[in-house]
Amino acid sequence: MTGALQKARESLLDPAGIGDSELERLIGRLLSHQVDYADLYFQYRRHESWSLEESQVKSGSHNIEQGVGVRAISQEKTGFAYSDEIGVPALLDSASAASTIARAGGDGAVSISWQDGRSLQLYSALDPLVSLPDATKVKLLEDVEAEARRQDQRVRQVMASLAGVHEVVMVVRSDGVLSADIRPLVRLNVVVIVEQDGRREQGVAGGGGRFDYQYFFDKETALGYAREAVRQAIVNLEAVNAPAGTMQVVLGPGWPGILLHEAIGHGLEGDFNRKGTSAFSGRIGERVASEQCTVVDDGTIRDRRGSLNIDDEGTPTQNTVLIEKGILTQYMQDTLNARLMGVTSTGNGRRESYAHLPMPRMTNTYMLAGEYDPQEIIASVDDGVYAANFGGGQVDITSGKFVFSASEAYLIEKGNITRPIKGATLIGNGPDVLTRVSMVGNDLKLDTGVGTCGKEGQSVPVGVGQPSLRIDGLTVGGTQSG
Amino acid sequence: MESKSELLSDATIINSQLPTLVDLVLTEAKNQGASAAEAAASVGQGLSASVRLGEVETVEHNRDKDLGVTVFFGHRSGSASTSDFNESAVRDSVRAACSIARYMAEDECVGLADADKLAKEIPDLDLYHPWNPGTEQAISIARQCEDAARCVDARIQNSEGATVSSHEGLVVYGNSDGFLGTLPTTRHSLSCSVIAQDAQGMQRDYWYSVARDAGELEDAEQIGNKAGRRALRRLGARKLGTRETPIIYEAPVASSLLSHLASALSGTNLYREASFLLDHLDKKIFPDHVRILEQPHLQKAMGSAPFDSEGVATIASDLVANGVLQHYLLDSYSARKLGLQTTGNAGGVHNMMIEPGDHDLDGLLRQMGTGLLVTELIGFGVNTVTGDYSRGATGFWVDNGEIAFPVEEITVAGNLKDMFQELVATGNDVDTRGNIRSGSILIGNMTVAGN
Repeated sequence: MTGALQKARESLLDPAGIGDSELERLIGRLLSHQVDYADLYFQYRRHESWSLEESQVKSGSHNIEQGVGVRAISQEKTGFAYSDEIGVPALLDSASAASTIARAGGDGAVSISWQDGRSLQLYSALDPLVSLPDATKVKLLEDVEAEARRQDQRVRQVMASLAGVHEVVMVVRSDGVLSADIRPLVRLNVVVIVEQDGRREQGVAGGGGRFDYQYFFDKETALGYAREAVRQAIVNLEAVNAPAGTMQVVLGPGWPGILLHEAIGHGLEGDFNRKGTSAFSGRIGERVASEQCTVVDDGTIRDRRGSLNIDDEGTPTQNTVLIEKGILTQYMQDTLNARLMGVTSTGNGRRESYAHLPMPRMTNTYMLAGEYDPQEIIASVDDGVYAANFGGGQVDITSGKFVFSASEAYLIEKGNITRPIKGATLIGNGPDVLTRVSMVGNDLKLDTGVGTCGKEGQSVPVGVGQPSLRIDGLTVGGTQSG
Repeated sequence: MESKSELLSDATIINSQLPTLVDLVLTEAKNQGASAAEAAASVGQGLSASVRLGEVETVEHNRDKDLGVTVFFGHRSGSASTSDFNESAVRDSVRAACSIARYMAEDECVGLADADKLAKEIPDLDLYHPWNPGTEQAISIARQCEDAARCVDARIQNSEGATVSSHEGLVVYGNSDGFLGTLPTTRHSLSCSVIAQDAQGMQRDYWYSVARDAGELEDAEQIGNKAGRRALRRLGARKLGTRETPIIYEAPVASSLLSHLASALSGTNLYREASFLLDHLDKKIFPDHVRILEQPHLQKAMGSAPFDSEGVATIASDLVANGVLQHYLLDSYSARKLGLQTTGNAGGVHNMMIEPGDHDLDGLLRQMGTGLLVTELIGFGVNTVTGDYSRGATGFWVDNGEIAFPVEEITVAGNLKDMFQELVATGNDVDTRGNIRSGSILIGNMTVAGN
């Protein structure tokens, strides 16, 4: 038995008196109807957050959530119930409720030989909440605040927050596979507001991943966020109105990879493609990007925010090539959609919690490096926009139209970055935006560990990344027309 | 459902115990040395059933509970929450909150709401109408709704399905100043989303209805029909050339403008100097004709609440009168930071609305003449610190008061401060489905970016 599985059994099952025979009874209850597949998802999650404003840490919270999600699948139908009580009677109730999705008359008397599922080892099975004394967490935020104020006298407000999650999950599948994962996640965020001559602007920076709080002390990571947030805010003090219209746009490396997440990532999730509702449906094998573009979704990168040893259906994550040299190669799948499309899961079955159904979701989505020096890319643009940093984005899966909003951007005039411009939303069409990528930089960077993806009301942590890119024709939603 | 009655009886038992649980938490906090405490306990349960292309897709049974506690040691506080209602888990949560409070800085603005602001009488706002449709009935309504959408036109060939959902919940809030308020609510909804397709591509649109009382939901076939027609009319959408133009926000998206206003007026953003409406009290932020109000006590409304999340009595008031800002939206903490009194807005606004004008949407289109009708917005390009606004939009180009053709892949941009000043008219086609209610809104001039 893997270490994670043993720990999960000890913390989730043993206190409720649930052993192999109880699990067999629960799966049996689910299979008492004509169910193709069923699973139980046990979860325990402890979360803390500390926040500083006005130079003081004044709020903190601690939350505990636990429960079990019970799912039964029959063809395309899914029955789902959950309970925040981990106990046999409550679980039998949930199993009965979930299984009624299928007709009665299945084989309820099952005999399962349990086997341990395969799992990756991408991060340590630690509890980040206990990795640092509480007083030191408070001190860390105070140091971040002081560092921000030290940067510039124009800093008016500093808001900093520190959050940690300790999570234990266990997946029990009707095919007898048992898997577990212990998932640490930490995050530090800094927001600063600067003021000059009555004009106020904001800068935001942060990061984290699947490790403990020590990360924020190594290489002055946390203090670096403070400096970065101030730098962005000060740049924005000088920003002029952004242009409006379609133009050449150069995207910086790292977090601007949110382009890939919105423009193609969601559209390549298996559920939309199984249903034929995505602008990418039925397009495997077709050209959807320029030859320079190879895009992957990789859940196997060590310590990353978007990485997972197993997905929430017990499938190990993998490095899935979505677009290879411009050709669409593969969708991201969970077990339900993979089965219905006659392929195998790519380890992208994820859920926000036991109280939500899994669906195909991204992990870390990025574009591989190309050959151009980033300076060369900027120098090649006569009149355009350089977008270095972004807030959020969104996509309409069916029409393929997507947006992402720049929070730090500049004009490019005659090959040089000149004035900063106000944040503006960029809009494009997913299936053709990457066909206009004319230069891919050699500076691939992943984001700092800040991404949270929302889909059908469920939030999960993700990562993005890309090298610098030149896109020949993207609509910039500024206010300066003509 | 065979398990239906069991689920209900369980929840009923828990419901009756919520006030006792809150009491237990407050006592425990006191025993652990807190000078004051507040707690909110909630339970909820529901059913959601989806049908896609005529077949059942998912049936979900929901059952949730949560307990949150905040303890105060003088002017220091800590919070904790748990989904486990066992006595030991409750005690652990209080201990966790107390432990956090020890590390917090002293802040004289931290504390319970002022006792004289707490709700004395709790009016019955008629928010609780359990439905319990049962799986079979829910599926049948969803199927009827989706069928109506698919019947609209042969070009509606695909669907994201129709969903019926029914939820009931109870929240009990109490604090150590003796306040105890209970709020039972229900929420039922029916939604449908379908896809129209032609040679040029696919377009999705949807419609939904939501109500406290299932009897007041819009007719299933009507919802399906609207969803179908809305998807169909988007076929053939094209980009626009970049231009300055008047814009009408159709009622379902017009409420987003009011939500940006609420965010800029929230006490938290104000004391953090993170709002473009800092120091705008008693100033004119809209034209004369604009009145924006909050009506927390509307019977059966989605945003109604007799008290806010600190137990403070909610009150009807004008937020903007004759275009002038009357007050901010404050909870106790932000009010104290700003040297003001709480406005009963801990947790947000309750039925915020803009007073409707005389015209329906057609009338507004005629008033605009030529311009853009926005029916859907995407993205998060709104900066509350500066008011800078830039979002992706879908809608229709309007020529001489008539819809000319659908448009997509454009952005609409401006600054919210200017957009508010240029609010020309509000329609009487009020969308009452949300906590923020608005008719369609005509803005005099904005920038559209496209080709």
